[in-house]
Amino acid sequence: MDPIREAMLKRSRSAKLERRGRLISLFCIGLIVVIVAGIFYFVASKGLATFFSDGVNLWDFLTHSVWSPGVKDAHGSPQVGALPMIVGSFGVTFLSAIIATPFAVGAAVFMTEISPKVGRKILQPVIELLVGIPSVVYGFIGLSVVVPFIRSIFGGTGFGILAGTFVLFVMILPTVTSMAVDALRAVPSHYRSASLALGATRWQTTWRVVLRAATPGILTGIVFGMARAFGEALAVQMVIGNAALLPNNLVSPASTLTSVLTSGIGNTVMGSLENNALWSLALLLLLMSLFFNIMIRWIGKKGELK
Amino acid sequence: MDNYSLDDIFIRDFDRKTQEIAVETEDLRVFYGDNEAIHGVSLPFERYKITSLIGASGSGKSTFLRSINRMNDNIDGTRVTGKIMYRDVDINSDNVDIYEMRKHIGMVFQRPNPFAKSIYDNITFAPKRFGEHDKQKLDEMVETSLKQAALWDQVKDDLHQSGLSLSGGQAQRLCIARAIAMQPDILLLDEPASALDPISTSTVEETLMTLKDQYTIIIVTHNMQQAARISDYTAFFYSGKALEYDETRKIFTRPKIKATEDYVSGHFG
Ligand SMILES: Nc1ncnc2c1ncn2[C@@H]1O[C@H](COP(=O)(O)OP(=O)(O)O)[C@@H](O)[C@H]1O
Ligand SMILES: [Mg+2]
Repeated sequence: MDPIREAMLKRSRSAKLERRGRLISLFCIGLIVVIVAGIFYFVASKGLATFFSDGVNLWDFLTHSVWSPGVKDAHGSPQVGALPMIVGSFGVTFLSAIIATPFAVGAAVFMTEISPKVGRKILQPVIELLVGIPSVVYGFIGLSVVVPFIRSIFGGTGFGILAGTFVLFVMILPTVTSMAVDALRAVPSHYRSASLALGATRWQTTWRVVLRAATPGILTGIVFGMARAFGEALAVQMVIGNAALLPNNLVSPASTLTSVLTSGIGNTVMGSLENNALWSLALLLLLMSLFFNIMIRWIGKKGELK
Repeated sequence: MDNYSLDDIFIRDFDRKTQEIAVETEDLRVFYGDNEAIHGVSLPFERYKITSLIGASGSGKSTFLRSINRMNDNIDGTRVTGKIMYRDVDINSDNVDIYEMRKHIGMVFQRPNPFAKSIYDNITFAPKRFGEHDKQKLDEMVETSLKQAALWDQVKDDLHQSGLSLSGGQAQRLCIARAIAMQPDILLLDEPASALDPISTSTVEETLMTLKDQYTIIIVTHNMQQAARISDYTAFFYSGKALEYDETRKIFTRPKIKATEDYVSGHFG
């Protein structure tokens, strides 16, 4: 019989390996799905217990501003108002993103459009280094430099949303910058040629053509930075002051969802209301990061259509 | 442009006693999702001949060619029905090992696509995957395939330069050398010269002409002069069907179908 025909009709080693590879990758993805689903289930079941078994009103949780889960109010319901933390978290996230965006875009334009050589050789490694610095280092610098600086200017303790914003700004700057750089590099060079050949200056080309084309990528970078800022716990906790009070200015001690979680989780008993209330904060964090994820995908999709 | 009848078809007969058929499709249909792109094409391809597939863009030439070595398997939602007979086996069936089959039915694409590796490593890629590690044998394979692809004289002094450093025509001949390193029976080429300048095009054409002593070649081309110059048989595709299939000479001088006549005389397409 024809040996080639025989070989074709036999399952070769590569076909068997391929089947095995497919099984292994299926198993890996299955494991990841199970872990993610497990985390969601666990956090949700604990976090929802506050509302379903301890009888806390969801609306009160989101809008009341007194956080002392151990103490009951005049009507006998526990005081778990998360508004101070929600305001704190969103405050530091948005403020740091607003400050970081112009710096990141400016740096990215310099690195890709103005001086690509210096950008690639010197700035890129610096930024990659900054991404890798552990957050406790940022927090420590914030604590020993930023907080005293704010104290000397505004008085008070120096702890607060302003200090948190500043630390987060420095932390997310490299993330947003490097994603903006990727977005700008991905703009095809014939866009630039087309614009320059029409007599546009380099500045006009960058502003009207390149940045316009890179907008979805840059927005994605900003949202990534915001997701990181929203979820950062340690560095923020070190400089924000950790007072679960509704902040009425940027330089008085405040708190975020994450800072209350990290400082409180070790001091409560599993299953108690105090503990469940913290899980509710965790659930809120999880939902927010889900939201950031959806935003990123949505922006990506929008950008594709154009 | 006219609408031509899809029932007006001429497919030439082969004398199976004297003409050996290397591969043959039987009622081949290709579906992209619900959209049927190839509507039942039955074509035999004679061994050691060059067969051209011509036709306007979107007429299904690439789709047909890709299904012969089952490259369409890789596209999600694609379904191929019908038979592809090769060595008395229907290779369009699940019990055929497609990796083994592709050893014998090689393919070259429109854009030269050398790997970012040396010329030597480009050519030994497939032999090594199939377990050939004897240095001397690999050296021989590299030399033979580069010679067959008419590239040996230009690169023999530095086989370790990157495949990406070659010019378009050289890169395409490297891709041909890479495809024939495994000594396949059949070579499928999808517009291999359309991204090349005229001089590179003619070197690739010469290469193909010398290769047909050892390989059965099926080539999609947009260039009718090219089809006329190099091929023995030509199939004209229109709207997902092969309307006419005959000796190249006849297709270009005395086509039997109106659509073919209009196409080869430049009245549409
Ligand atoms: N990957 C694909 N998915 C869906 N439709 C496709 C795909 N590739 C080709 N088609 C469709 O199949 C038809 C034939 O295309 P193709 O084989 O590329 O034609 P040709 O090579 O003759 O220009 C066209 O209508 C094309 O739109
Ligand atoms: Mg094509």
